[in-house]
Amino acid sequence: MNLINFLQAIGIVLFAFIFQTSLTGINRKITARIQRRRGPVWYQQFLDIFKALTKTSITHGWIYDFGVIMALGGIAATLMMVPIAGFESFPGMDNIFIITYLLAVGMLGMAMSASGSGNPWAAIGVSRALTSMLAYDIPFMLVMIGLIFKFDTASLSNFAALQQTGSIVTWNIIKYPIGGFVALISLQGMLGKKPFDNFIAPAEIASGPMVEYGGKHLGMLFILHELSTFIEVGLIVNIFFGGGPTVIAFLVKYVIVYTLTNMVSQVLARFKVDQMVMFYYKVPLALAFIQGFIIVITNSGGVLWF
Amino acid sequence: MVLNDKDMRSAWEKVENYFQGSSIWMKWYCTGCGAIELPPTLTSRFDMERLGMGPMATPRQADILLITGYLSFKTLRRVIYSYEQMQEPKYIVAFGSCTVNGGIYYDSYSVMNRLDFYLPVDLYIAGCMPRPEAILNGFKELKSMIKAGKAEGYKKYKENYEWYRKNQIHSLKEVYVKDEFHE
Repeated sequence: MNLINFLQAIGIVLFAFIFQTSLTGINRKITARIQRRRGPVWYQQFLDIFKALTKTSITHGWIYDFGVIMALGGIAATLMMVPIAGFESFPGMDNIFIITYLLAVGMLGMAMSASGSGNPWAAIGVSRALTSMLAYDIPFMLVMIGLIFKFDTASLSNFAALQQTGSIVTWNIIKYPIGGFVALISLQGMLGKKPFDNFIAPAEIASGPMVEYGGKHLGMLFILHELSTFIEVGLIVNIFFGGGPTVIAFLVKYVIVYTLTNMVSQVLARFKVDQMVMFYYKVPLALAFIQGFIIVITNSGGVLWF
Repeated sequence: MVLNDKDMRSAWEKVENYFQGSSIWMKWYCTGCGAIELPPTLTSRFDMERLGMGPMATPRQADILLITGYLSFKTLRRVIYSYEQMQEPKYIVAFGSCTVNGGIYYDSYSVMNRLDFYLPVDLYIAGCMPRPEAILNGFKELKSMIKAGKAEGYKKYKENYEWYRKNQIHSLKEVYVKDEFHE
């Protein structure tokens, strides 16, 4: 590990920010077309973020400031581990457990900072965000444990490489459709898209954890959101859609997965927090167990279907 | 206020003003009846998002405080609180004739007549009610004002704070919102 690795890592973070922010802007236009509007220009998300960064900002104590920086740093560090089309800035560090744990650092930093603001809406939003994390992570991790058991590896680039041996049939979403379905539902929750966006809920709890943020802090949170979106969608693309033999293939798959998630989000209404937890613990958790059962049976030489 | 029209801003301020004028987040203070004109402005028919505008949930996040119509003295106190919570640069858009001269409430004992005695208004959208076209036109005007660096209400408020505070105290007796939650 030398200086080149760190420069590459910073390059990946910059690339991810520019790519995902443009994609968010394009998806705002797609949302607008779904709602029969024209929508903003495609670079509106950049304008919003840079505008927020030019405003003044106040502090509610050092925990409030430090939490934002910790969250942004944690998410940026996580992003450096995600392999893009076989390219890794730190080879051998793309273990799925490293990524899920480091993601939690970012989320907890934000929770700490929001609680530090002392606003009751922020406390409600944080408790909802952590509850939903508990809800979507358990089915997702169950599916992942099944796949790790099957392939005998936990490295994302190995997952991607194993799926590139043949045609589209070797993709995990085709070979393990039940697990892929569970992962896509979990992705909806990870990204905070409807129907699982009750921790943001601007009309109910005044945008939850973000309630006290303004100016530069809010701009940093927007950047954090774009980076964490890149990590989560990149995770799904690497594990279930075969990563990408080339960068273009990876990005095309990425765009399709993210746009589909956004389109699903635009036609659904918001769940209440108890409905969301009950849903995740009923349908995706049951499907994840079924998927694990199938993997165990077939792996030990049993035949499930003729 | 500069006497000549020469642009006194630095290059960085021009860049800042470009971003501030291109992306506008609003906090709607919708206690007046003007609120009814905002849903059509927001949704498919007139679509304000194509101009880069959108509603935000709290005053901290917003750039613009949009005051739709009359303010009773009880709500004026809350508006002053909300305005002072906002992050600079911040702008006030006053909406409807009630904020200009009282409108149909001109002789009411409990409704204020002129908003700019109490808070610095950057732009008025007159009418009773202003139609969505008028609102969009007004915001286009405001965007060009911000980009040209001429929307300076928040600076005026800081410079003439004593004058504004005197007017607020004169009408409200005390500018203090009783905070039931934290007591």
